[in-house]
Amino acid sequence: MLDDFFVRALLVGIGMALVTGPLGCFVVWRRLSFFGDTLAHSALLGVTLSYTTEINMAISVFVISSIVALILLKLQKKTNLPADALLGLLAHSSLAIGLVVIGLLATIRFDLMGLLFGDILAVNVNDIAVVWIGGAIILIVLKIIWKPLFASTVNYELAEAEGMNPEKYNAIFTILLAAIIAISIKMVGLLLITGMLIIPAAMARNLSDNPNQMVIFSIIGGLLSVIIGLFASLEINTPSGPSIITSGLILFILSLTKIKKKSQLNN
Amino acid sequence: MTQKNQTLVKLENAGVLINEKWLVRGVSLEIKKGKIITLIGPNGSGKSTTAKITLGLYKDIEGRVEKFTNKIAYVPQKINIDWTLPIRVNDFMNLTSNLKKEEVEAALEITGTPHLKNKDLKSLSGGEFQRVLMARAIAKKPELLVLDEPVQGVDFNGEIALYELIKKISDTLNCGILLISHNLHVVMSKTDHVVCLNGHVCCSGTPIDVANNEKYQELFGKDISKILSVYEHSHDHIHKIDGTIEKKEN
Repeated sequence: MLDDFFVRALLVGIGMALVTGPLGCFVVWRRLSFFGDTLAHSALLGVTLSYTTEINMAISVFVISSIVALILLKLQKKTNLPADALLGLLAHSSLAIGLVVIGLLATIRFDLMGLLFGDILAVNVNDIAVVWIGGAIILIVLKIIWKPLFASTVNYELAEAEGMNPEKYNAIFTILLAAIIAISIKMVGLLLITGMLIIPAAMARNLSDNPNQMVIFSIIGGLLSVIIGLFASLEINTPSGPSIITSGLILFILSLTKIKKKSQLNN
Repeated sequence: MTQKNQTLVKLENAGVLINEKWLVRGVSLEIKKGKIITLIGPNGSGKSTTAKITLGLYKDIEGRVEKFTNKIAYVPQKINIDWTLPIRVNDFMNLTSNLKKEEVEAALEITGTPHLKNKDLKSLSGGEFQRVLMARAIAKKPELLVLDEPVQGVDFNGEIALYELIKKISDTLNCGILLISHNLHVVMSKTDHVVCLNGHVCCSGTPIDVANNEKYQELFGKDISKILSVYEHSHDHIHKIDGTIEKKEN
């Protein structure tokens, strides 16, 4: 069964959606969508590193993204620049360095389109293992740090005053974000990965009135996006990564009708 | 249960310097089990800063803070809940602890808010939110409770009831309470020790001592302090509106 490229794509996509659902909720709650983009851009540097050193791509992307994330945390403490300016600085400079390095490696043939938009239909059994094992580790860690991370998301000072150690858990969460980007970059590409994190969570926000519910809806939204997107790409021959994101967007638009009714009831 | 009078937190000569400005400096105080300490002082006098030093929220401080408990509950001056986060009162009650359903309900009952349990946190009014913040702190059964202006947005009758409640919490839980208030004559009878701040410790002692203190009267104006005492005195320094101190010329 794993011989079929479509089944492999479905398995990888489902594994991804299970992880991006809950992580995406935190990205939305903590207003980190641009941060996700920055990590994804820096991933290009990780990809080129993997081409030159022949290290596994997921590992090299994870290492580079984590380093960029930690540099950001340091810069935020050291400078007076606002977070969005620092994010822009890191996003574009790491993207530029990545492209410069690609230019230097003129001898290596590069599928830049594949990097930017991913190719979920080209995954092999190894990729499935990376997504499911890596994803399981991310979810287990997230489950362990859930309480303090959620408390510090609601209010940093309150969490710190009551001994929840928010600084530590924020750093761990940042690493988890780097990890999900690393394991899923090959499937949806570095331009669309943040879409997988944000769109299902944004849809879920429209339908939920408590955090747990939002996480569940976010997972369901991600799963539906993957399944609908992949079938659509098979039936009407569209690129698979962008089809998944577009399906997510359609689900989000549908969820807007629900929120409208809700506010009418409340008024 | 540990005995009364056990020290929970001790500040020695504590101060915070941010952007080359002292938010507060030279504060020494001790919070003990079963006692209520009240911080008073004008806006910007360092009350909230002192509370945050006590809670360990500043990394770099002058002086020393020693904490002898980890069971701490904090009611901050204000909390902004982001619209992106859907959260009900019940979720908020369990934010930093795992409470049983009955514990949540009992705490909400005490602050008169049991009907709000499943309401969206953002739909609450200022006064309702303040009561929920109190309920959350009580439900944790802390040894140290830090309350930063807990009566904001609560109407006058509610305010008196809330101070009664604070006294009751202190008695039943036998916890130490650090209370920030702008208004001494309401809290006076409930408080064991008052610290009057104005960038530094202006004066401290029992409520009566402080009310009779010339510096307190200078700070709050004679009309307000007249409620408590009639006490005329001359001073060697003036507190200016920006918090600096100037020697008085004779």
